[in-house]
Amino acid sequence: MEENRLINLIDVSKTFDGYTKVLDNINLYIKKNEFLTLLGPSGCGKTTTLRIIGGFETPSSGDLLFEGESILGLAPHKRRVNTVFQKYALFPNMNVYDNVAFGLNIKKVDKNEIKKEVSRMLELVNLNGFEKRSVNSLSGGQQQRIAIARALINKPEVLLLDEPLGALDLKLRKEMQIELKNMQKELSITFVYVTHDQEEALTMSDTIAVMHGGIIKQIGSPEDIYNEPKNAFVANFIGESNIISGVMHKNYEVTFAGHTFPCIDKNISEDTNVDVIIRPEDIKIVSEDMGQLKGVVKNVKFLGIHYEMHVEASEFTWKVQSTVLSPEGSNVGLTVAPDLIHVMKKDEVIAKEEADEE
Amino acid sequence: MKSKLLSFPYILCMIFLVIIPLLLIGYYSIIDFDGNLTLNNFSQVFEPMFLRIIWRSIRLAVISTAICFVIGYPIAYILASRDFVKKSFLLFLFIVPMWMNFLLRTYAWLTILENNGIVNTIFRALGFDGFQLLYTEGAVVLGMVYNYLPFMVLPIYTVLTKMDNSLLEASADLGANRRKTFTKVVFPLSIPGVASGVTMVFMPSVTTFVISNLLGGADFLLIGNLIEQQFFRANNWYFGAALAVVMIVIILVCNTFVTLFDKNDDNEREAKRKHEKA
Repeated sequence: MEENRLINLIDVSKTFDGYTKVLDNINLYIKKNEFLTLLGPSGCGKTTTLRIIGGFETPSSGDLLFEGESILGLAPHKRRVNTVFQKYALFPNMNVYDNVAFGLNIKKVDKNEIKKEVSRMLELVNLNGFEKRSVNSLSGGQQQRIAIARALINKPEVLLLDEPLGALDLKLRKEMQIELKNMQKELSITFVYVTHDQEEALTMSDTIAVMHGGIIKQIGSPEDIYNEPKNAFVANFIGESNIISGVMHKNYEVTFAGHTFPCIDKNISEDTNVDVIIRPEDIKIVSEDMGQLKGVVKNVKFLGIHYEMHVEASEFTWKVQSTVLSPEGSNVGLTVAPDLIHVMKKDEVIAKEEADEE
Repeated sequence: MKSKLLSFPYILCMIFLVIIPLLLIGYYSIIDFDGNLTLNNFSQVFEPMFLRIIWRSIRLAVISTAICFVIGYPIAYILASRDFVKKSFLLFLFIVPMWMNFLLRTYAWLTILENNGIVNTIFRALGFDGFQLLYTEGAVVLGMVYNYLPFMVLPIYTVLTKMDNSLLEASADLGANRRKTFTKVVFPLSIPGVASGVTMVFMPSVTTFVISNLLGGADFLLIGNLIEQQFFRANNWYFGAALAVVMIVIILVCNTFVTLFDKNDDNEREAKRKHEKA
């Protein structure tokens, strides 16, 4: 287990200007060849975490290990990581060739070797023949590829990417997601990826760390994060959810919306206040007398693959997704299977260590 | 329609204050005292005596601009560096002298440089001989550098502060130390600022007649003094106008040369625009 840890953040905190706490005791490890995504809304600390790994920011406390050794004192270029910056940060005074060759030129590598490496890199990002072009004449997607080529030519063991697809349009973004993922597999290096786009994170990552307010709210595989959110924040941030307060009276029984439901959660002490989270696609619409809850359909949206209906029942508006239409104004019943009711203590945070032990 | 109407006062101002005077200068430069067309005014400009003065004007302006660049770039760089905390105060100190009258500032140098001035007094107190400081080329260059240095510093400072910090981080990430980052990234990208700084120092330096008059003495002639003399003392507006035309040409040539740097940039942007359309 331990030997797989390529990068390890231990109790890392970061305070700006002496009082703004952006990172609060982050513990995180990144395995070799892992595609790890730091996911969260803006201001959650994900970019700061990346910049600490890259060497552009020093933590206020804590340690950063690379293969077990602290690299906090090392300058960015002495770390075996390279960064792809948010706005690409290509050098506008150089053409494509000189941008990609920059790292090798600095290292004074043999000119012929550089030439070979640059064309290999441009091939990798599908931009061969662009050597002489000015970077200002490239489209956003092409600039992005050059930025990746410029970072990869230094053969980093870890590539850090800071919202690299943020400026691209949807179609191009989807293409680049697949391309990046393939690139990572092909080169078999570690990617640490920062994004606020949950779909992007779910598509590309081996592991997702959901961050909020300077702490890691949950870390795990995309499936874990989506199917078993550990707290209301994660449930709300990843996908859509109905979140309602409830009380856990005893094992396998939770009360919310004025009704007691069977569930599969246990070992929560009696009469604990909890958040109950139910995905819209997990609620079934049945005839009124069959439902655990009875309600009225308030409005209906057609979203292509399914309908989204807002059903008012027990003074709560439930978001329900179904391929079967229940017309507006109709009286319906709602049921949820016990294993699809997610019960969590209010604001629970889970560390990677704990998640692994489960 | 509305914007046309709004631009009318400006167009009127431009016509009366810029275009007509320019045409008048052009007209005066090609007639003689009797109002006949002639090119004699221009052939007079190219007489060795006047050529020497024009050459001296250009030479001193180039020297002053070069010194301003050598002193000004490091100042701008230090002011713009991120880790420099007191920079707004320093920038303020730097700009304060500009609030004082230009003549006063130049007069101040008189009392510093004259034979019994501050500098010579200190030298004598230290046991050296006094120097002839005032009324030399050096004094004129000093006056130009002193007065026009802020025009070099400010545009470079602006370019440097606007530079995207991630470019510097990218350079460091790819292995460049601070010196390499400066020579390969920062300096090339600050050239537009240097270009406008050079223009803004060179133009007033090559045309000045106040600085040369005060610090160079009455016999110290630059092209600006020559023009002033022709208009106010010799009363030869025709030759004065020809000199003015030559000076405009000199400035235009220098300007085009300097803006070539920015032109490259514009072309690239144009190419990108076309590319994105396609």
